[in-house]
Amino acid sequence: MKILVCISKTPDTTAKIAFIEGNTKLDESGIQWIINPYDEWYALVRAIELKEKDPATLIHLVTVGGVDTEPIIRKALALGGDEAIRIDSTSHDSFTIANQIAAVAKEGAYDLILTGKETIDYNSACIGSMLSALLDLPFISLADHLELNEKVATVKREIESGEETCEANLPLIVSCQKGMAEQRIPNMRGIMAARTKPLKVVAPVASAATTSISAFDLPPAKSGVKLIDPEQMDELVKLLKEEAKVI
Amino acid sequence: MVLVYIDQADQQIKKASLEALSYGAAIAKQLGCATEALVFGTVKDNLADLGKNGAQKVHQLKNETLNSMDVKVHSNLVAAAAKQLNANIVVFAHNLNGRAIAPAVAVKLDAGIVTGACSLPNMQNGFEVTKTVFSGKAFANIKIETAIKVIAINQNSFGLVAYDNAASIEAINLVIPPASIKITKVEKIEGDIPLTEANLVVSGGRGLKGPENWGILLDLAKALGAATACSRPVSDADWRPHHEHVGQTGIQIAPNLYIAIGISGAIQHLAGVNRSKTIVVINKDPEAPFFKAADYGVVGDAFDVVPRLTAAIEKAKAAN
Ligand SMILES: Cc1cc2nc3c(=O)[nH]c(=O)nc-3n(C[C@H](O)[C@H](O)[C@H](O)COP(=O)(O)OP(=O)(O)OC[C@H]3O[C@@H](n4cnc5c(N)ncnc54)[C@H](O)[C@@H]3O)c2cc1C
Repeated sequence: MKILVCISKTPDTTAKIAFIEGNTKLDESGIQWIINPYDEWYALVRAIELKEKDPATLIHLVTVGGVDTEPIIRKALALGGDEAIRIDSTSHDSFTIANQIAAVAKEGAYDLILTGKETIDYNSACIGSMLSALLDLPFISLADHLELNEKVATVKREIESGEETCEANLPLIVSCQKGMAEQRIPNMRGIMAARTKPLKVVAPVASAATTSISAFDLPPAKSGVKLIDPEQMDELVKLLKEEAKVI
Repeated sequence: MVLVYIDQADQQIKKASLEALSYGAAIAKQLGCATEALVFGTVKDNLADLGKNGAQKVHQLKNETLNSMDVKVHSNLVAAAAKQLNANIVVFAHNLNGRAIAPAVAVKLDAGIVTGACSLPNMQNGFEVTKTVFSGKAFANIKIETAIKVIAINQNSFGLVAYDNAASIEAINLVIPPASIKITKVEKIEGDIPLTEANLVVSGGRGLKGPENWGILLDLAKALGAATACSRPVSDADWRPHHEHVGQTGIQIAPNLYIAIGISGAIQHLAGVNRSKTIVVINKDPEAPFFKAADYGVVGDAFDVVPRLTAAIEKAKAAN
């Protein structure tokens, strides 16, 4: 069994988001970087759990990013990947990123490709679906359970009215969300081992960007809270009806 | 032509798709072109009614195997339909199914895509669409550089627009590819209002102390006709089901009214709810950070305030 886990670097969830250079660039000063939580907590940890059941499993990690992504790749390796591939491109265009990962995926002939549900920075939720088109493979989105039995995967996914269990033959692409696995913390042995695990850097394949970011914006600040006396709930209802007009 | 993919669940059209249709019709108006809808499966709704949200024509592929999502099959069919019908722009709702197929469709059409869109395109300088980024902490204006464009619009970000139309319905002829997944079991969850489609949401945090205390919140939700949500520690502790968890690592919502009860307002929580039109915070700590993001605040004990609020709502309802 060969599993490819897609890993992205994102700002820490507590990061204050601000922009510089005329709102065209994220202000990175003071930002702590983490592995995108959906990639780490759900996709990677589930891959590790599958390897624990079947030690012959190989886990490869792939990241599209500059050299600045290497600390988070090492952290992911400390949690448990076998080796990592960094595709040396700093593109923010989902299509370009998916093309890079598809090239690695084709070469590696993986049985299972796991992504997080989305990244918490650009929230595009594109990569799994795009890989499905680029590699002509089935894709199950928003999965919260995944079991493997020989070459068949059983996956539970979220649907509008609840949960659906599906079966698909491998190779398969799955995007992972809460429920898939429990967050883990790397241990000392993992951290030591990660230092010597292979981290291969490959050049990007040619791919024209289909989109570009022209500017960022922050949401308008709230004008200030109106406090209502806890004894005056009729007043709150009146405000919601007549001022806010939401009920 | 703007082609809008109409999503369904249990053979019923999703409200998110009607919103996507209204959004698609508004783009068509900007461009002076037609708005057409694409419906798969055996949907029970009256399809001519899609005219009321802006469709002039509905293309239907009526086949019950298409009632549940198979990304490989559905993305192939949407792309084939878009080519056959010469669509320039394909619009999806950024809901569960929309996010699963829209990016694959974009690849198949050599189209640039914006998911999580929250504005009409700005065509002054190319074709720019605003989307939410950093899980609701910011917006980005994305320029789509390709001839064909795909947009997946965030729920509750555009609204429904009423048109005085009846759409004409045509069968579309497409070859359905073989299934790539097999559905073996469906489990429905109870609860009537799906969180992402709700206009009103009542949400509880650790301040409610335990699952046994949720009754006051449920009563308030019932009085309002609101959906219920919770903070992450609440769902982590299994006080409430996971699908109620809102925030940066849960679902992001943008209802008209969000009432937060006993929630401190951590940055990760706010990221998921700060696009709500009106926010009411009930918290006993006047220093709780949530008050800074609120429109209305009540400093007080939830166990005292919430039943009072429910009673006030019942009273206002009775007076109407
Ligand atoms: C990587 C990461 C991701 C995260 N993602 C999310 C996310 O998606 N969503 C999310 O919600 N959190 C998320 N968190 C957690 C977040 O940081 C907060 O810990 C969490 O939101 C706090 O939940 P709470 O407000 O319910 O609890 P608390 O912070 O404990 O707040 C409880 C509040 O209740 C008030 N209170 C107590 N008793 C009463 C009473 N009787 N009446 C009225 N008020 C009362 C208190 O004053 C307090 O403000 C994340 C954290 C991390 C590190």
